[in-house]
Amino acid sequence: MAMAQGAQGLQDMFTVPHTVGRVLCCMCGVSMAPNAANMCVACLRSQVDITEGLQKFVTVLYCPECGRYLQPPRTWVKAELESKELLTFCIKRLKNINKVRLVDAGFVWTEPHSKRLKVKLKIQKEVVNGAILEQGYVVEYTVEDHMCEKCSRVAANPDQWIACVQVRQKVDHKRTFFFLEQLIIKHNAAASAINIKQMHEGVDFYFANRSHALKFLDFLSNVVPTKSRHDKQLVSHDTKSNTYNYRFTMSVEICPVCKDDLICLPQKVAAGLGNIGPLVLCMRVSNSLLLLDPQNLRNAYVDASQYWRVPYRPLLSSRQLVEYVVLDIEHDRGVGSSSGKFALADVQVARIADFGKNDTTFSGRTHLGHLLKVGDYALGYDLYGANTNDLELDKYKGLVLPDVVLVKKSYEEKRQRKRGKARPWKLKALPMEIEPSAGGKQDEEKRVGEYERFLEELEEDPEMRSKIALYRDAAYREQSETGSMTDGEEPPSVPLEELLADLRLEESSRAESEFDEDMDDS
Amino acid sequence: MATRSQFENSSEIGVFSKLTNAYCLVAIGGSENFYSTFEAEFADVIPVVKSSIAGTRVIGRMCVGNKNGLLLPNATTDQELLHFRNCLPDSVVVQRVDERLSALGNCITCNDYVSLIHTDLDRETEELIADVLGVEVFRQTIAGNILVGSYCVFSNRGGLVHPHTSIEDLDELSSLLQVPLVAGTVNRGSEVVGAGLVANDWTAFCGLDTTATELSVIESVFKLREAQPSAIVNEMRASLIDTMT
Repeated sequence: MAMAQGAQGLQDMFTVPHTVGRVLCCMCGVSMAPNAANMCVACLRSQVDITEGLQKFVTVLYCPECGRYLQPPRTWVKAELESKELLTFCIKRLKNINKVRLVDAGFVWTEPHSKRLKVKLKIQKEVVNGAILEQGYVVEYTVEDHMCEKCSRVAANPDQWIACVQVRQKVDHKRTFFFLEQLIIKHNAAASAINIKQMHEGVDFYFANRSHALKFLDFLSNVVPTKSRHDKQLVSHDTKSNTYNYRFTMSVEICPVCKDDLICLPQKVAAGLGNIGPLVLCMRVSNSLLLLDPQNLRNAYVDASQYWRVPYRPLLSSRQLVEYVVLDIEHDRGVGSSSGKFALADVQVARIADFGKNDTTFSGRTHLGHLLKVGDYALGYDLYGANTNDLELDKYKGLVLPDVVLVKKSYEEKRQRKRGKARPWKLKALPMEIEPSAGGKQDEEKRVGEYERFLEELEEDPEMRSKIALYRDAAYREQSETGSMTDGEEPPSVPLEELLADLRLEESSRAESEFDEDMDDS
Repeated sequence: MATRSQFENSSEIGVFSKLTNAYCLVAIGGSENFYSTFEAEFADVIPVVKSSIAGTRVIGRMCVGNKNGLLLPNATTDQELLHFRNCLPDSVVVQRVDERLSALGNCITCNDYVSLIHTDLDRETEELIADVLGVEVFRQTIAGNILVGSYCVFSNRGGLVHPHTSIEDLDELSSLLQVPLVAGTVNRGSEVVGAGLVANDWTAFCGLDTTATELSVIESVFKLREAQPSAIVNEMRASLIDTMT
């Protein structure tokens, strides 16, 4: 009851009505409702122009080849005429637009060939005494043709390079370059290269900028032991402004010692490394070499500067590997017989080639004691039958060479069956141009063989795999294998979880190609 | 007629001067220009007094007065008080007010018969205003502003108030003051009319920024076109002659 009364009271309460009066505009004297400026809108507009300081004419750059607009400083954006993207781009190009409040924007139709874009904008801004004024105006954009860097490079001589990095390795195989290619792909090191050419004994990388080349050079010296030489050639010279235009050539030589090579160290080097060897195996190549004496498991690291001070070439390299069969193996249980992953053992082996022809057997020590069993196949250097003419070796007086140096276990027998079958993984490849002088059909066959060997090597060596990126092969289908296949030990293969899924776009082919271009840009 | 004027590059002349029907007070400026505009108008009609109040130049905001009297804030010095007593006619009572709100010009506005005052002013002050100035006193606000002195100016013939004053308020004020009022601006849209304008029954001064439209509003509401001192004399003479004949 009381509440009802209260409500009644509120309704009855006397409220003073307020009728807004009219005043005269202080400028023109027209009658109007009072506002903050006490001026009619027409007068206010004549007094202050809120579009002052805003751009009315703007020039935008447009690449006629690829139909993209330049978003300064360097980005090119694709936009259709009258599209939302183009409107966003146009508004972004206006300076000082953040000083006012943008209310509305839209295109005014212009002839497509007129090279003009017109955008109608509506803005609000506070003027005298807090009055907010709204005003519409039109910005005219002049579209100027300007080829983007990429298109102009394609249109002009594609050979326009400033710096060239010539990577060479003076060996008779391409293993190092296969591996280097994968490293470059993984680290995207050659992203700024404008051209890559495969040459005799190496690859040339061309860059549009010297700093790109230097960066690439730096990358190389971090992954392989290299020696480089810088040269420059004067192309043109402007005496008035004192500018010089050079072309730079960097010659990079990769150390010829590869993984699994047998080296006879020079006396001084061997002494410097604590009288190791002198017959050592190169176990790993990164920016330094890992050398291992298979007789006693002593190892040593040799970095690039150390190597290039006294360079040496391999005594025998992996092409001269011979297959052996293990007849007997006796593990060495003495002190220092196992270091790291290796274990010393005395083995008795016979060449596969001799098998069934004669009874020649060799015995020696090997570091592969942990891996080999009787009946296994192993690859090794046949020093007994080798015809070496190494100067360093001759300097050692009274050095007794072992008859055989085993290098790694061989899976050749098992692989025979797998050969020709597809792998569940694949590698990417750099877009390389092949120099005609690089080789003919024979070389191509040799290259395919070497590549196959490289892939097998990857399967055997997880450490090597960890440095590069392997991709799942979408085309691969698992074949049902018969039970008879799975006898004993399988050859090593890459576990599926190590593979990366390749980037795929399920869109129109056009979009995909565009995306690829963008990837190249980045 | 209304005259445009400026005090040292400021158009807020109501701050630096006080105009009534019996006297005119002007602040002491760097030059004589401002004083001269008043002197030219009033030379032989009413005294124009140059002075400071409490050492400041903002005399228009510090004091309030009409033809009967002049009220000064408590901070006014003895010399200033004496100066006013010497210069003003004997009929004008000059009095100091002990009021906390010392800017009397902002809090009080009056003509010769009525005054509007700030709602928080002391009762003693209110009585003093009624006694000294001989006016009826009303506590009022103008368009929600309590500083009645700043937002309205009126003489015995008309007045100008804040432009946002509603029609109802305008009617109420007009019936209290018994003069026609109009909502308007001075100084190109400024709503602080008390600062931009001083007026008495036959003339008005406004800031230099005042536009022609504003000037014509002021002239028409204060009835300045027909109201000249000579016009009054002519009127009186006409009536005298009427009675004589």
